[in-house]
Amino acid sequence: MTASTTATGAGLGEHTPGPALAGHAPAGHAPVAERPPGPAAVLEALGTVRDPELDEPITALGFVASCALSAAGDAQVRLRLPTYFCAPNFAFLMVADAYDAVIALPVVRHAEIVLEDHFASDAINGGVAAHAGFAQSFDGEAVGELHMLRADFLRKAVMAGTDQVCRPLIVAGTDPARLRGMVLGDVPGSRALERLRQRRAELGLPAGDDAPLLIDPKTGAAISDDAVPLHLRKARTTRISIESNGSICRGMLAHRYNSPGPGAEDEEDQ
Amino acid sequence: MYEKNGEKYFIVDSHMHYWNAAPDNWVKGAEQYAKGWIECFHAYQSLGPPETHWSIEHFQKYSEDDLMKDVFEDGHVDVAIFQPTYLKEWYAEGFNTTERNAALGEKHPGKFIANTRFDPRDGDVGLKALQANVERYGSKGVKLYTAEWNNGSRGYKLSDPACYRYLEAAQNLGIKNVHVHKGPTIWPLDKDAFDVSDVDHAATDFPDLNFIVEHVGLPRIEDFCFLATQEPNVYAGLSVVIGGLMFARPKFFAKVMGELLFWVGEDKMTFGSDYGIWEPKWQIEGFVDWDYPGEEFSDFPRLGVAGKKKILGLNAAKLYGIEVPAEYQLKDDTRGAPAEQDDAKLVDEAAPVAGA
Repeated sequence: MTASTTATGAGLGEHTPGPALAGHAPAGHAPVAERPPGPAAVLEALGTVRDPELDEPITALGFVASCALSAAGDAQVRLRLPTYFCAPNFAFLMVADAYDAVIALPVVRHAEIVLEDHFASDAINGGVAAHAGFAQSFDGEAVGELHMLRADFLRKAVMAGTDQVCRPLIVAGTDPARLRGMVLGDVPGSRALERLRQRRAELGLPAGDDAPLLIDPKTGAAISDDAVPLHLRKARTTRISIESNGSICRGMLAHRYNSPGPGAEDEEDQ
Repeated sequence: MYEKNGEKYFIVDSHMHYWNAAPDNWVKGAEQYAKGWIECFHAYQSLGPPETHWSIEHFQKYSEDDLMKDVFEDGHVDVAIFQPTYLKEWYAEGFNTTERNAALGEKHPGKFIANTRFDPRDGDVGLKALQANVERYGSKGVKLYTAEWNNGSRGYKLSDPACYRYLEAAQNLGIKNVHVHKGPTIWPLDKDAFDVSDVDHAATDFPDLNFIVEHVGLPRIEDFCFLATQEPNVYAGLSVVIGGLMFARPKFFAKVMGELLFWVGEDKMTFGSDYGIWEPKWQIEGFVDWDYPGEEFSDFPRLGVAGKKKILGLNAAKLYGIEVPAEYQLKDDTRGAPAEQDDAKLVDEAAPVAGA
């Protein structure tokens, strides 16, 4: 099964790689000011789904091979990964999250999410379609669900996000020792800060303006004075690890598939 | 050996393979896994320089002549260490077994070290096989795949009691070095197969064994770094780090090297080409020439000529007791040698110019 077999029958508005999402709205079907109820809306929903390990949207990573929405509200999404043997636990989470995100759209009546070219495609696709959990989908080969795994990686994302937020402050002249006394509300707004707040909130950690900037991602406790240098050092290492991993994944995906995929973005740091 | 700017480097390729992944070795009914596995490896090769890419057919099965030319004639390597990988679920005679590797090694005395492997789930039979391999091939190291599927089991941990029994037996047989491969998760796992915490326990409880974490725990470099800094007998195997990042992602390569030099240090890092994924030639030449690209890396530890000599061969030579001719040794072979400080100073002095 490859992307080329994707159904493109009558009524399906195929969304192919392209720069402007709004440009894909069927002409004359929606008032200009309204969000186009088409593949672009599906793609936008998919943009809220992250690779739990890489902490980036599956769209930006190029993991969406195609997405389409029929006039009747049938959404068809095809996902792809950098290798045939990418970890099935993370793959399952992405397919299940993609289903949840797409089916939540008011314009979507039915959603089909298909992971292609993966050794566990059948088990994952079947499991998600049947609303079975991970353990049931891999009957006898897994004993638990994936909440713990997801939480572990969210904590890594919080560490990486700490570096993303703190590094510019330090470069701008803030003494690292002063970071310990700061709260999130002291930090100028940025995409990185917003992201850090979201990740912390997902873990149930303090994320409001009055929350300390530096916290232990397991307990939520503020970092003590003498632990600040090591905490920042670990935050940096975690960020480099995640971003390097993402970089390798992008390289492997580019080798495997010729097209960038709708919504794909280059990595920020190269 | 490799010589550049009057400096001579003794090269130990501490992680390489001689595999057969061609259709003639695929298990009936499991062809898609055998095919998927080698295609996945082949995609890694795409991260190296384009002129070093192979066709998938050549990649599936390269010859003895190819290997000798790529690794020794063209590749500068003095001694190469085979790391076997079995995967007999998909490859009828194994992907690259101790026997296949050693048979080649025996034809070329002095060129190869044949490591073996064990799987603690194989019980008494496996222990006997380990003993036979060590006695026959003189193995001083083992390669372990903790995520390998085995008869209904989805993997094991180094800290499992069954594995401790094997580690004790291996140590008694004279094994010194344990190369641990973390992941990829070959079969559905609800846990994180890349988790390196089990290495922590084993390294503490077996202080006389060396644990070389291959691919530095990628994609969990941070967990590996935090572990390695606490355990004196844990090493960073650089296979995949150099091959996968140095050419394709030079900035990330610099960052990862900086982290490893900070947490692990140049005395505990070993070069491995991961041949046939990547040829050693471009990796060694590029690594000798390598420096941080620009001043944004100024707070990472420097790497000088002495450090590169250690990483490319001297560290692994120590682990395996390989005799290194005097001309390749560091001038003053002690920790924190003056040569090292000179190198660091030179780099520091050069840095502002490079960054300007």
